[in-house]
Amino acid sequence: MVFKKMRTTGKLIIVEGIDGSGKSTQLHLLQKWLAFKGINVFKSEWNSSETVKQITSKGKKKGLLTPTTFSLLHATDFADRYERNISPLLRAGYFVLADRYIYTAFARDIVRGCNPDWVKKVYDFAVKPDVAFYFKVPVDIAVDRILIGRPKLKYYEAGMDMNLSNDPYESYRIFQGRIIEQYDELAEREGFTIIDGTLNIEEQQNLVRKAIMPLLTETRSSRARDRR
Amino acid sequence: MTRTKYKDLGKRTVEFYGHGLKNLQDIEIKGRLIVIEGPDASGRSTQIQAITTRLEADGHAVLNTGIKRSELVGQGILEAKQDYNLGRKTLALFYAADFADQFEYKIIPALQAGYIVLADRYIYTLIARNLVRGLDRTWCHNLYGFSIKPDVVFYLDVDPEVLVHRVFQKNMVLDHYESGADIGLSEDMYESFLIYQKKISQEFYAMQKRYGLIPINGNRPVIDIHNDLQKRIDVFLKRVGN
Repeated sequence: MVFKKMRTTGKLIIVEGIDGSGKSTQLHLLQKWLAFKGINVFKSEWNSSETVKQITSKGKKKGLLTPTTFSLLHATDFADRYERNISPLLRAGYFVLADRYIYTAFARDIVRGCNPDWVKKVYDFAVKPDVAFYFKVPVDIAVDRILIGRPKLKYYEAGMDMNLSNDPYESYRIFQGRIIEQYDELAEREGFTIIDGTLNIEEQQNLVRKAIMPLLTETRSSRARDRR
Repeated sequence: MTRTKYKDLGKRTVEFYGHGLKNLQDIEIKGRLIVIEGPDASGRSTQIQAITTRLEADGHAVLNTGIKRSELVGQGILEAKQDYNLGRKTLALFYAADFADQFEYKIIPALQAGYIVLADRYIYTLIARNLVRGLDRTWCHNLYGFSIKPDVVFYLDVDPEVLVHRVFQKNMVLDHYESGADIGLSEDMYESFLIYQKKISQEFYAMQKRYGLIPINGNRPVIDIHNDLQKRIDVFLKRVGN
């Protein structure tokens, strides 16, 4: 990945992993902990920009998206959150927690057949996270967690646009498996902090908190400097 | 001009500007893509209408496309533009998504079917707007790397001083974006328009070589511009047709 250099006093912590890997639960617990410690925290979720959401969901309902338009609409959503929230909040010294980051886009777009160099360049305005957690779970465990209630899978969520299988559940399983392959490659290249998503929730949270301790001491010492 | 002259416009594979699209790599197209670029009120639509009529009279199937008209986000962009808080990159990506939708669903299928696609603007206006708003050059060019090279691109070059009168004749008001009012060039809207259009025109000149744009003097009367364009298009079609 290529990242933009930006001087910030804030910290960016992001979580990645497939659906059902438990990443959102962990990020939620981290947010509560940081807030309890009196730190300014802001959480940003994937695909959540209100402006972009309405239009994206229109296209998604119609089943009209191509890999390129799918990619660009998600990039639009990310850019909106990035330009309005993530970037200014980092500048202002916040701890920004992102539930999914540009790696999600990269993994999904590549699986859908977009050109990797093109996608990388589209997202090169983003800054590198201070810590990137990857919640690693075997595909069957994660998929079973999601599919246990036989939820209605959405067309793109199940990867139905790629003609992997006529059965949405089977398609979803194959799709998620391919995403994991992408994540595993990224994990090494991008230096993700890997968390074993099969451990129990408390154990995982303990590891997460330990991993971000260095960021807390950095922030504390810079605050001390400011006072002097 | 006899109608039997154009039987075949030449079968070939597509040529991309950048990384291209995997699923279009091996497709065969039979049509031709002709683009007319130029600022608002430069007379593009008038010219396109006249050319379309002529080409259809000559027996060609013609498809007109534009920017911000896609099924997917066309309306959304109009809504988004009302929201002045939207960032520059966000808007740039929105436009790219809109363009990609039309590109894949309209332009490519029409070219495969042997149409002459007359595009009322293509990626260049979108790129120029982004550049004037300070976005990174490499980033902007890469963004549209999935698009194909048109056969011919004309750029209607109109002096900002002439253009401003055409805008008033057409709309009586200056458009917020087309005057660059979102980037704080001047307190005075009129002056802002002139500065903005000058900057856009400079970006077009900078792109001329890279993309092979053909500048057309747009300060002339409509009929003169039409004769000029039509002649060039006829020559081109004669060259590729057999």
